[in-house]
Amino acid sequence: MNGIGQGSMAREAVSWAVALAWIAAVLFILMALVGAPFGDALAAFLQNAFGGRRFSYLMATLSRTALIAGMAVSVMLSFRAGLFNIGGEGQLVAGGLAAALAALLLPGPPLFVLTASILAAMLAGAGWALLAGVMQLYVGVPLLVGSLLLNYPIRYIASYVVAHPFRDVQSGMVQSHLVPQATWLSYFPGTRLDIGILFIVAVSLFAVVYSRATVHGYHARMNGLSPAFARTVGLPVSKLTLQTLAMSGAVAGLVGAIAVFGMHHRYIDGMLVQPLYAWTGIIAVLLVGMIPWAVPLSGLFFAAIQTGAAGMERSAGVPKEIALVMQAVIILFVASRVSGALVASSERKAGATDDA
Amino acid sequence: MLDLLFDASFAASVPRFVTPILLAALGGALCERAGVFNIALEGFLLVGAFAAVVGSYFSGSPYIGALAAMLAGVAMGLVFAEFNLRRGGDAIVVSIAINILAAGLTTYLLRAIFDAMGAFSDPAIAGFARISIPGLASLPLIGPFLDGQSPLFYLALLMVPALSFFFARHRLGLRIRAAGENPAALEAGGVGRRRVQLYALMGCGALCGLGGAQLSIANVNLFVESMSAGRGWIAVVAVLLTRGRPWPLFAIAVIFGAVDSMSFRVQGLGMPQQFTDMMPYLATLVVLVALSWWRHGRTANGGTL
Repeated sequence: MNGIGQGSMAREAVSWAVALAWIAAVLFILMALVGAPFGDALAAFLQNAFGGRRFSYLMATLSRTALIAGMAVSVMLSFRAGLFNIGGEGQLVAGGLAAALAALLLPGPPLFVLTASILAAMLAGAGWALLAGVMQLYVGVPLLVGSLLLNYPIRYIASYVVAHPFRDVQSGMVQSHLVPQATWLSYFPGTRLDIGILFIVAVSLFAVVYSRATVHGYHARMNGLSPAFARTVGLPVSKLTLQTLAMSGAVAGLVGAIAVFGMHHRYIDGMLVQPLYAWTGIIAVLLVGMIPWAVPLSGLFFAAIQTGAAGMERSAGVPKEIALVMQAVIILFVASRVSGALVASSERKAGATDDA
Repeated sequence: MLDLLFDASFAASVPRFVTPILLAALGGALCERAGVFNIALEGFLLVGAFAAVVGSYFSGSPYIGALAAMLAGVAMGLVFAEFNLRRGGDAIVVSIAINILAAGLTTYLLRAIFDAMGAFSDPAIAGFARISIPGLASLPLIGPFLDGQSPLFYLALLMVPALSFFFARHRLGLRIRAAGENPAALEAGGVGRRRVQLYALMGCGALCGLGGAQLSIANVNLFVESMSAGRGWIAVVAVLLTRGRPWPLFAIAVIFGAVDSMSFRVQGLGMPQQFTDMMPYLATLVVLVALSWWRHGRTANGGTL
């Protein structure tokens, strides 16, 4: 970033202003379509993202942040190693399902059940990610495709498990029974925010330290920046790939467990898929160009958009899906600025920039 | 059990499932050959399906619906071009954003325009009638598969040789291939690479839009949230597998379409819906694995895709 002159900084500022204007224009048009007053909607948006009585909405934003940031960290671990693992959703679902089943089946004291269930979730997530890695390394199915396709079977497996063998029939919904109440993550005193976010803080710190200060993290990043170089200097690329994927999947699995023990207290069909946690995690990583410390902030940003939009729906009648449109438009405008390992590793980029 | 699965109505249902995948995959082939890594076919399809319902609902004609779907697809192609070609955004990132955009926009507009949550069906949505082409039904073996389908199916069928010819002989088709294979030669010939890629993206959008129209106003007469249900991703896989060659693409689309259609019928025999929903994806994985083993050696390390 050295040596940016004044002229280019001004140009940079203008291009950001133009991007913001575009985003505002898109939102304005969408709101005009449903006849919502722009000012009221915006006020409702801010109120519901950060406000509320005793900051209850802010707490909702924070618990969503935990899940999105967790998925973002999971994705970042892969991306920085040059592994295009877009199967976070499948790994998340595998984790959530494993956590709920373990908690329902295991006997023993609550703390043991909780710990074992979280471990089961991490193992399940790691296993699902490894499956995609094995398919890439030993079968030749590209990771991008394999990891993505694996999202679907696990989604339907989970749906089947809670629709048939483990369904809480009396509830009338497609969901499992509640996990034992003693295993629920407790709330911070006086709030409705569960302590799951602490796990995510820990994982984020781990990711920062891992990426910056460990040999393994350094090797992984080298592999991301230049696979050919990594291979030439004799790094065990296959092993590195599998280990990184396992780590990435374990984090996704953990996020699934947090959603179960902190938020829903059971597995509900679609609870991890419909809110697009995994995809939001991916774009949260892309927004900040895979800088580890910025990833949780980016997660907070997108979580705020989603809870804010949900509030806008309640008070101003704007469908909450406007959040998805907002996220997509933001990413589109930021995408052209994304660089780093991701771009270096995608040979298929097909010269999108070489004649620009 | 087998005769329960493979009867005349199975034959008639296969093309319904083949058509959207085939149209989307042919669109993807245009991009693939032009060197544009477009994995937003899922989003293109979804937007097409929605626009088809809008067009058909307000005009009363499925053809206007299909036209609206094409235009909406082209618009998505232009968005892709703006951010990938002009602004230089990474193609994968742009694709992911466009898929999210499509999911958000269609659901939002569903509520804004029709005040409907989740799904919208209305007698005013005019669907494609099945057309019967004289003599087709009496063809041996393939007759039952071919006759009595939506016009979009026949269009998709025609597009296979048409696109094959286009890539082999047509000036723009050759330029598209040059844009993908040898951009320097193209530029040396005085043709802008990005312009050619833009055309490919527009064509891709139009074809995907038609694929979406098949989903919403030919197979059924309604729009359901995320009704593309991963078919765009299957089309992406088909394109990658065949490197965008139309005839192999056709073969793959037929396999996937047949599995799709079979899983639909197995459901009728009492298998849990979740397992039948899974089948197209498992089939895709199986095909991928089989093909990879078959060409083992060339893809030893799986590439860095």
